[in-house]
Amino acid sequence: MVEEIGKTVEGDLVINVGPQHPATHGVLHLVITLNGETIKKVEPHLGYIHRSIEKMCESLSYRQFIYSTSRMDYLSAHINNHACALCVEKGLQIEIPERAQVIRVLMDELTRIASHELWWGAMAMDLGAFTPFFHAFRERETINDIMEETCGARLTMNYMVPGGVMADLHPNFQSRVKNFLKLYKSKIHEYDELVTGNIIFQNRMKGVGYLSQEDVISYGVTGPAGRGSGVSCDVRKLYPYEIYNKLEFDEVLETAGDSFARYMVRLREMQQSIRIVEQLIDNIPDGDYQAKTKAVLKLPKGEFYQRVETARGELGVYIVSEGGTTPYRIKFRSPGFSNLSALDHMTRGGKIGDLVASMGTLDLVIPDIDR
Amino acid sequence: MTNEELKNLLTELLPTAVFEEGGEWLNLFLEASEWKETALKLRHFNTMPFNFMFCLTCVDWKTHFTMVYHLRSTTTLDNIVVKVKLDRTNPEIITVSDIWRTAELLEREVYDLFGVQFLEHPDLRRLLLTDDWVGYPLRKDYEDPINMIKL
Repeated sequence: MVEEIGKTVEGDLVINVGPQHPATHGVLHLVITLNGETIKKVEPHLGYIHRSIEKMCESLSYRQFIYSTSRMDYLSAHINNHACALCVEKGLQIEIPERAQVIRVLMDELTRIASHELWWGAMAMDLGAFTPFFHAFRERETINDIMEETCGARLTMNYMVPGGVMADLHPNFQSRVKNFLKLYKSKIHEYDELVTGNIIFQNRMKGVGYLSQEDVISYGVTGPAGRGSGVSCDVRKLYPYEIYNKLEFDEVLETAGDSFARYMVRLREMQQSIRIVEQLIDNIPDGDYQAKTKAVLKLPKGEFYQRVETARGELGVYIVSEGGTTPYRIKFRSPGFSNLSALDHMTRGGKIGDLVASMGTLDLVIPDIDR
Repeated sequence: MTNEELKNLLTELLPTAVFEEGGEWLNLFLEASEWKETALKLRHFNTMPFNFMFCLTCVDWKTHFTMVYHLRSTTTLDNIVVKVKLDRTNPEIITVSDIWRTAELLEREVYDLFGVQFLEHPDLRRLLLTDDWVGYPLRKDYEDPINMIKL
């Protein structure tokens, strides 16, 4: 918006970051009011990739609408599909086979590792370090290959359907995941050596973008961004779904509330996901991968809400049903949207140079915000 | 805490509210005029402050709108759903963005897509659509011959 560029009445400088900017990782447009180098206000302008998925879902059947959700948070496509499948299953009151549950959790956790890895590489790149990006992609590619083999796609998997999963695991799945675990463990120390211990990196991250516990709760921040301030908000622990209550893993909490704390949460969370994968990979039960469901699904009249923990935070799917074959209204509570609302608060009063360091640790995925 | 216990607890706090227990969570029906006062009471409820608003949305029922607020308490992990019925021709409700800051953007989204006016909202503008967009797309009677694909 051209009229917004330039000086305001008080003599503050107004600049635009985005919609095309390498550090926003998508079409996010921020209008920033500056006093010298100090940020006075950050105002997000959204909608550059708004497709109105919620409206589209109103005319899609309960089997079809899941596919559009892969296009929201494309780095957590599995987990988005999972949330929708769980919500429909809640409405239909069907039990899904144990094998399907284990497969789902395995896929979720692999997705989480892949997503955090991409974030790690991109975060370092935002701060000027280019090499980590290649290191991150080396491991992430392995996961994408595993996904491709079993689900047929590398990003928009559409693998989870109401009743279970779309197809059985590929015969190579177990051995490839084990190879990945071996690779990951032999390389993970590089992450700390390259980035975490780097003094320039630490100086740029520590004390930047502070969020207190009260802010986190008031702004509805969830996921690693919330846990970086010491707020317990892991849906897998608080409201366990599938088999998460039977698994051994820790909720990663840091208390500093700055960008570095959020960074550490994600790094440590990858280790926890590895733990979960290790527990399950040799214990995939035999049986069906899908429960028997009717060809046309009809949810009873009522309202159904299901939340899951995506790589970015709490995703909620709210279905209002009138008893028909299509949802009457669907609302996606996307984690990125609420996390973004805290951006103004956490960067205000800081320097413009620190904006990217704060924004990067929120791990924004724009299609997830715009929907 | 079960919905029954929660209901008993909240009945003392909010004697005028109407409860419904059918769903997964306790539903609370309110008049638009009592929303702000109730919101403050819920937010500062001693033993169980409902301090986390995890979802805010609106449903178009063709005859009226229903604002749906999902709240949870981070201390006890209990959830409630507050529903407020709004007039469809002139939907108006007081903002709660000063109580739960996350509501500021969420209310802007609802204003953008449903046309609900949030009174005393600090910055009520369109959020996702362009400023000159005509109509409110998530309303059931919205028609757009150019951008909408009918299935």
